[in-house]
Amino acid sequence: MLNKLKEIADNSEKWLSQAGSIEEINELRVKVLGRKGEITQVLRGLKDLDAGERASVGKIANQVKEKLESMISSRTEEIKGEELQLRLSRESVDISLPGLPLQRGGKHPLTLINEEIREIFLSMGFSVAEGPEIESDYYNFEALNIPRDHPAREMQDSFYISEDILLRTHTSPVQVRTMEKLAPQLPVKIIVPGRVYRRDDDATHSPMFNQVEGLVIDKRITFGHLKGTLMHFAHKIFGEDVKVRYRPSFFPFTEPSAEMDISCVNCKGSGCRVCSHTGWLEILGAGMVDPRVLQFGGYDGEQVTGFAFGMGVERIAMLKYGINDLRLFFDNDKRFLRQF
Amino acid sequence: MGVSINWLKQYVDFDWKAEELAHRLTMAGIAIEGVERVDDDFILDLDLTPNRGDCLGMINLAREVAALTGSSIRLPEIVIKESQENINQYIKVGIDDPDLCRRYAARLIKNVKIQESPAWLQKALIHSGVRPINNVVDVTNYVMLECNQPLHAFDYNLLGNTILVRRARVGEKFTTLDEVERTLDNDMLVITDGSKPVALAGIMGGLDSEIHDATVDVLLESAWFLGPNIRRTSRKVGLRSESSIRFEKGTDINGVIYAVNRAVMLIQDLAGGEVARGICDEYPVPRKELQVTLRPERVNYLLGTELTPSLMRSYLEKLQFPVKERKGDFIVNIPSYRPDIEIEVDLIEEVARLHGYDQIEPGLPGGEIIPGGLTPFQKFRDEIKNIMSPYLNEVINYSFISEENFQRLLLPQDSNLRNVVRIANPLSEEQAVMRTLLLPGLLHNVSTNLARKNENLGFYEMGAVFYPAESGLPLEKMRLGAIVCGHSDVNWTRHRVEMDFFYLKGIVENLLWKLGLEECEFIVAKDSSYHPGRSAVLKYYGDELGVIGEVHPQVLQNYDIKQRCCAFELDVEKLFAHKRTRSMVDRIARYPAVERDIAVVLANEVTAAAALKVIRDAEKELLKDVVVFDLYAGEQVASGYKSMAFRMTFQSMERTLTENDINSSVNRIVERLQKDLSAQLR
Ligand SMILES: [Zn+2]
Repeated sequence: MLNKLKEIADNSEKWLSQAGSIEEINELRVKVLGRKGEITQVLRGLKDLDAGERASVGKIANQVKEKLESMISSRTEEIKGEELQLRLSRESVDISLPGLPLQRGGKHPLTLINEEIREIFLSMGFSVAEGPEIESDYYNFEALNIPRDHPAREMQDSFYISEDILLRTHTSPVQVRTMEKLAPQLPVKIIVPGRVYRRDDDATHSPMFNQVEGLVIDKRITFGHLKGTLMHFAHKIFGEDVKVRYRPSFFPFTEPSAEMDISCVNCKGSGCRVCSHTGWLEILGAGMVDPRVLQFGGYDGEQVTGFAFGMGVERIAMLKYGINDLRLFFDNDKRFLRQF
Repeated sequence: MGVSINWLKQYVDFDWKAEELAHRLTMAGIAIEGVERVDDDFILDLDLTPNRGDCLGMINLAREVAALTGSSIRLPEIVIKESQENINQYIKVGIDDPDLCRRYAARLIKNVKIQESPAWLQKALIHSGVRPINNVVDVTNYVMLECNQPLHAFDYNLLGNTILVRRARVGEKFTTLDEVERTLDNDMLVITDGSKPVALAGIMGGLDSEIHDATVDVLLESAWFLGPNIRRTSRKVGLRSESSIRFEKGTDINGVIYAVNRAVMLIQDLAGGEVARGICDEYPVPRKELQVTLRPERVNYLLGTELTPSLMRSYLEKLQFPVKERKGDFIVNIPSYRPDIEIEVDLIEEVARLHGYDQIEPGLPGGEIIPGGLTPFQKFRDEIKNIMSPYLNEVINYSFISEENFQRLLLPQDSNLRNVVRIANPLSEEQAVMRTLLLPGLLHNVSTNLARKNENLGFYEMGAVFYPAESGLPLEKMRLGAIVCGHSDVNWTRHRVEMDFFYLKGIVENLLWKLGLEECEFIVAKDSSYHPGRSAVLKYYGDELGVIGEVHPQVLQNYDIKQRCCAFELDVEKLFAHKRTRSMVDRIARYPAVERDIAVVLANEVTAAAALKVIRDAEKELLKDVVVFDLYAGEQVASGYKSMAFRMTFQSMERTLTENDINSSVNRIVERLQKDLSAQLR
């Protein structure tokens, strides 16, 4: 009987070492350990032995059984591992093949820049105001201290609908509209993004373009605040390392007026084609709101002061994205749009 | 305008190199765009703001330099030898319209010799971009560049003994120096010889009285004309000259005499001749001195500075503005050559720019920052763009279009969309009317992209369309439009999505779902721009939100598009009005769901929507979901019929459904389909 057990154990070990699949192992499990298996039969035969022998053979039989069970299970694990390895190697793909091409859309670069500008000012406590693209002469010019014969309102510059109605030439009319709505509340702190129109069409002018206007009115708003606010903006949008300078300029609705330049983002100020070799780029116009404009808006220029600024979104986008041709923005070529 | 540094140095001393001077001037508001070396000279490229037209004169520019260096300017001394003959014997000046001509002065020089100018004068003009002509004309141009006072020289003998300044008569004809005959109107000012025009005031002289080689006696005009009127006339006749540019921006009415004397002196030097004694000077209402009060505390209030009053005063004095002090305020006499200064803030700017903008400490407004924000509608528009952008590229089209588009879109003659806001002075017919819909722009985008071999397109745009209003400003409505054509990009996975009607409808449904508007209905549309069998109107409880469809083949042809395109256009304000916040409607059931498929044959006219409605109505309690998962028409099905397969999901919140529950539900559904839609089970 012991010989029999030994034989079963040896045969099983041999079988196991040769088994190449889970199926073969299962076969062995049934053959040896199953209800009618060899070991089971040996165990059943124990009853024919005398008590002493029964105990010793039974012990050995159980040892063989346990050993076989553990060998089967470890061999099973081994084979599972081998099979997994095999499957993994069979299933390997050329990971350099491109992924499933999802439709890739995206926002227009001007929208992206607009959002970026907006976020900077929102975080500084500004709100967003909007107004009509077709404006009255009053809001577009008169209330901004641009009287009838000012050069800015010549027919060649504006698109007219009628004598008194035109496509707004800047987003500044929303300044006055907002003041009228809010006066005498303080503070006024808005930016105004939007489409504007001028009667110009060449390599550097588009008859339609986008501006962001800003207006702050409160007690004791100073030119220093104008400088600080716009400097913060410049650093946020072009990076903390850009240098900023202000120089006197002229706008009919601000006094004093200023132009803000930043050090050229292309050449870092050493002079290149982008900055006409000056090292500086004109970014936006600004100034202290002219008291006459405050008055049009319903505020007393002696009691409150304010500053206003305006910038071209296309210009900012061109500098940020390295776009060299204004016309690309409205050409809507897929090859251009897909880059953003 | 080009400014010669050597010439500038005649009036003011400075040690700065050209680049340094350019920088200083730029930072003081006199922008220098560039510096160019020419021979032994440097030419500054001046880019003046419209308020500083005074710096078109060399002397005024020298005043700016002097203010920056703290020095003073040298005015050329005038020395004229006058003859015994009084000018009044020769000429009489009258002004009929003093509102347009506030001052008119004239001097006469007899027996001059017209010849070429000396080299220094020619060079000075050429460096300033003015072509030399002859000594007399060159002197008038030289003095204009020097004093910012345009002058005009007449041949006295071709003129007669009268100068009368008046408005032109309607239809009056006049030939200018450039040999163009011009028809004048009643708003234009002319210089006449008493009867006929001899010059278009401030803009250009006449051909009949110009200086020529044989001119002997010269009458010099130095006058002040109203800028806005010169500008209007100049626009109307389409003629801009160095003279009109200066008058437009405003000249110094008190500088009229100095300039004419300076010219007389130079002509006498260069062309000889006898100068008639005296000046004809018509100046009916002399300019009133303008005094502006500057409050030092106001300067610091507005600038956020702590400048001392004496420092402020020193800046004004550097500008040579006479300043008196009264109770701590400064009373400033504004020189007549600075018409841009009218009120206190103008003086504050002078102080600020002389102090240097860069010297003003930057700060941020105090007080607590009240968080800014977007209005709900602004956020909503952002949300829409965020929903569209994963699938489509955003485009931005011009707001104006060609009216021809309406024809191309097959819009009926009485369509509301043809009722446009028209631009009175468009750049071209292509941009003559404001768009009333986004579709033409989107079709144009597809057309140009296909022409460039950019295939497989998906675009969207959000922007305003415009309609005329009964009164006041036109109406502006926010629209969302999209267009697709082609299919997903070619790839190795054999996975290809056609960007057809149902692709686009999927995008719309996704949008509607995210806005909580999934109950929106698609109803067969009758829109002339779309394929009649492949278009729908979107209705949300009766309110029309927009249209979606395959673009009509004829329209595509009209836009030169050779493949199918699908488009939609939605009213953003209506979407906003109906938008609902999504909320959790479906509880998550704890009992298993069971799926069952059925396929039925239906007449072609029966829509999927109708079938789905019947199915849902037939089993309201246990049917969780139903989708169309197959559609077939062909050999297996009789003609005029189609097979439609539905996958239905059954689930109960209370219990596990039995086979019986489901069978009875399915039977009920099939019966309703048979009864209501004459469906046959396949
Ligand atoms: Zn550069």
